[in-house]
Amino acid sequence: MIETSPTSTFLDANELVINMGPQHPSTHGVLRVILKLDGEKILGTECVIGYLHRGVEKIAENRTYMQFAPYVDRMDYVAAVSNGLGYCEAVEKLMAIEVPPRAKYVRTVLTELNRITSHLLWLGTHALDIGAITPLFYCFREREEILKIFENYCGARLTTHAFRIGGLQYETYNGFEEQVRAVCDTFPGRLDEYEMLLTNNRIWLERTKSVGILKADEAIDFGVTGPVLRASGVKWDIRKAMPYAAYEEMDFDIPTGENGDTYDRYLVRMEEMRQSLRIARQGVDRLPAGPIIGKVPKVIKPPVGEVYHSIEAPKGELGYYIVSDGSTQPYRVRVRPPSFVNLQALDRMVRGLLIADVVAVIGTIDIVLGEVDR
Amino acid sequence: MPFSFPPSIEPFVLPALYIVILVAVFPLIAGYIVLLERKVMADIQVRLGPMRVGPHGLLQPIADAVKLLIKEDIIPAKADRMVFWLAPVISVVTALVALSLVPFSKYFFVADTNVGLLFLLSITSVGILGIILGGWSSNSHYPLLGALRSTAQLVSYEVALGFALIGGLMVAGTLSMQQMVHAQLEQQMWFIFYQPVAFVIYFIAALAETNRTPFDMPEAESEIVAGYHTEYSGFRFALYFLAEYANMVVVSSIAVTLFLGGWLRPFPNVRLLDFLNYAPILAMFVLAFFVFLGASRERRPIDKMGLAGLGAVCALIGLLFLVPAVLDWVQGLFWFVLKVFLVLYTFIWIRFTVPRYRYDQLMRIGWRWLIPLAMANVIVTAIVMILF
Amino acid sequence: MPESILNGLFFYVLAVVILGGAIMTITRRNAVHSAIWLVVTLMGVAGLYLHLNAEFLAAVQILVYIGGIMVLFLFVIMLVNLDEAAKQRQFNRQWSLALICTLVVLVEFGFFLMRGAGSFAFAEPGQGALKPNTELMAVALFQDYLLPFEIASLLLLVAILGAVLMAKKEI
Repeated sequence: MIETSPTSTFLDANELVINMGPQHPSTHGVLRVILKLDGEKILGTECVIGYLHRGVEKIAENRTYMQFAPYVDRMDYVAAVSNGLGYCEAVEKLMAIEVPPRAKYVRTVLTELNRITSHLLWLGTHALDIGAITPLFYCFREREEILKIFENYCGARLTTHAFRIGGLQYETYNGFEEQVRAVCDTFPGRLDEYEMLLTNNRIWLERTKSVGILKADEAIDFGVTGPVLRASGVKWDIRKAMPYAAYEEMDFDIPTGENGDTYDRYLVRMEEMRQSLRIARQGVDRLPAGPIIGKVPKVIKPPVGEVYHSIEAPKGELGYYIVSDGSTQPYRVRVRPPSFVNLQALDRMVRGLLIADVVAVIGTIDIVLGEVDR
Repeated sequence: MPFSFPPSIEPFVLPALYIVILVAVFPLIAGYIVLLERKVMADIQVRLGPMRVGPHGLLQPIADAVKLLIKEDIIPAKADRMVFWLAPVISVVTALVALSLVPFSKYFFVADTNVGLLFLLSITSVGILGIILGGWSSNSHYPLLGALRSTAQLVSYEVALGFALIGGLMVAGTLSMQQMVHAQLEQQMWFIFYQPVAFVIYFIAALAETNRTPFDMPEAESEIVAGYHTEYSGFRFALYFLAEYANMVVVSSIAVTLFLGGWLRPFPNVRLLDFLNYAPILAMFVLAFFVFLGASRERRPIDKMGLAGLGAVCALIGLLFLVPAVLDWVQGLFWFVLKVFLVLYTFIWIRFTVPRYRYDQLMRIGWRWLIPLAMANVIVTAIVMILF
Repeated sequence: MPESILNGLFFYVLAVVILGGAIMTITRRNAVHSAIWLVVTLMGVAGLYLHLNAEFLAAVQILVYIGGIMVLFLFVIMLVNLDEAAKQRQFNRQWSLALICTLVVLVEFGFFLMRGAGSFAFAEPGQGALKPNTELMAVALFQDYLLPFEIASLLLLVAILGAVLMAKKEI
């Protein structure tokens, strides 16, 4: 790709081309970034993806709608609940199934809790990339509490497969509300703890301020969504813009940043966790009684047609485009993963910075390779 | 003494003995510093740390060492074999030689030359070669980047380190490590109180010199994998590891010797505090008590026995200290080791609290802040010393 | 054991190390290997200083030359493209001229060595085994020869500025 010119003498310091990944500790999985360096300065990058490609979209064409649902959990595996919600809602939209309110509320609560676990994992690994080892363990301590709720609810911790097309499979367990409230009570204090370690830490500030700046118009041009977009100052959140599940009835704010740098993205995500807690608390407080699953036919056979439905996953807009040919299996499923689209902005964000910033920026984009490669 | 050495050899006997002790025992101590680090880390991170090998993981360092020694020895195909072999040796030899100039106590030191500190600095500066050559000879990108980073870092922070030490030296008026401690005894003051700025600068520069967080750029695992020793494994890696911890001990020892009163106990001139002389005995007995307490809580009989045995050894050593001659000999060593470990603890504490600086920020701190500040400190010290 | 034999032994061992290192330095093809051998040579020189009881000088020799200059040498060597350098011819082909020059110099040296054989002896170590020569050095530099010392440092400063100016692409 990059060669030294034939006229170079031995005094010309070479541009160094190094491979970061796929087995690099801080590319968050199997991302491979080819870096072109001048000393430590980044002249350009090229992402090589596909090391975790499993052909999820192709698999969908050979499974029934119901059978495919567990597969979506394996894309963004740290936010499996969100993935499931997006898929179920897309199929429901295609078949025009009405979901009962109780199911909507439980879905909202679980999805918001999932957003917190996803952000916690991001915070821990992002801090670890920047060299702060300890926050990771604190984050996992709190993540554990939320994962216990998932485990109690549906028996799985990571790839939950919590929802079914049309509503929920399981009624909430005894003590669900109390457990969610307990998390809502303890967690703000823990968040303050992380902020005490990082937010005003001089080193943290120096490492994140004005690093990986993405301006608002650039972010829109790249199609970036989620916290990365909001940190650039664009107030766009599908939960507010095109409400789904029970978000219409919830009261929450959308935090935005100003400069679009790594520090702003950090602040936005920290605030998002607080807002998620608000939503979760409202959800369990107002949890309506009633059935948990709507009128779903025994065999799911959507009419011929196509649908696009997107939700606000922890990492950005997660969209499902489903084409139905009227059979029991989808004709085509296309997933718009937030990580994949956000990753495109990497090159713009790191050009001219140093190697150390690359790991900071990869961390701040918050990618999950399962979703990028699918 | 029934047997005495001929006069031409006699002055070399004791130092030779100490050298053997240092070289033989230090790897073990380094291993336990690693264990200490892991335990402190675990404590900070709300977990337990190594618990499996031996009671409370006490045998973990030995298991680690055995693992490293019996690992396959890998040399990358395109590496420069001779240099690859030489580099860790340079690192470890310089680090161990530097230990020979450390005054562990009034009696326990290998050499005390009148340019002691200068010699120590020059030896540690040779140690940089081990890092550069290791990074270069691996013939791989990440080690090379690590080597370049560490070269720039070590060379620049050595300047700040040197100037900070000059501040202390001006008060001490000597380069000999033993004389520094005596100077603090005579002036009845630890030099950290005369030279607080110098101590702070020294401490920061020492963090950078030993590649500790927040200045662990040369081996920042999230950026450049493992820096200069990415391609090293097994025994050679162990050598680098040993050198790193030896360097930590050396810089802590310099800090203790020059700023924290060396092997003196706190307030050596206050008669009222003479009871502190018996602190080593007390420390051993307290240690024995806690070990016995721990033993009673263990479930597995083998752990119980192990801990009880350790407690008995501690108690026996405590009893041995009751002999005045032994106590006198151990006195200085006890305080010195205690202080060194306090400094090391601070190193570890910092490591698990703060993130890592970026390379250019590190350079900026070094050149824009530490060096001018250290120079100003020297000038101010000189003016004050002339005026008063 | 007589002291003088020990002294002589030290001297000759160090001399072999220094000269051997120097020869290896100029004959190695790989610049990093040359640098390593130069380090050996400089170490030998430091040993000579130590042998003459000039321990301050020895320490400074190691600190400045090995810890400072050689490290920077290696730094630069690693930055430049070594493969190109290795391909270039190491020695030029003017054997005959070089041989004549060397012979002339050798004869010259031999002549003076013969003439002055009597005055060559091992330098006496400084008086008193471990006299603090740090102070002596300081007095010499900062009192007796203050002006020349300052002029020398000024010269070095100018050289540094010049180097920076040349290296910087835009000012």
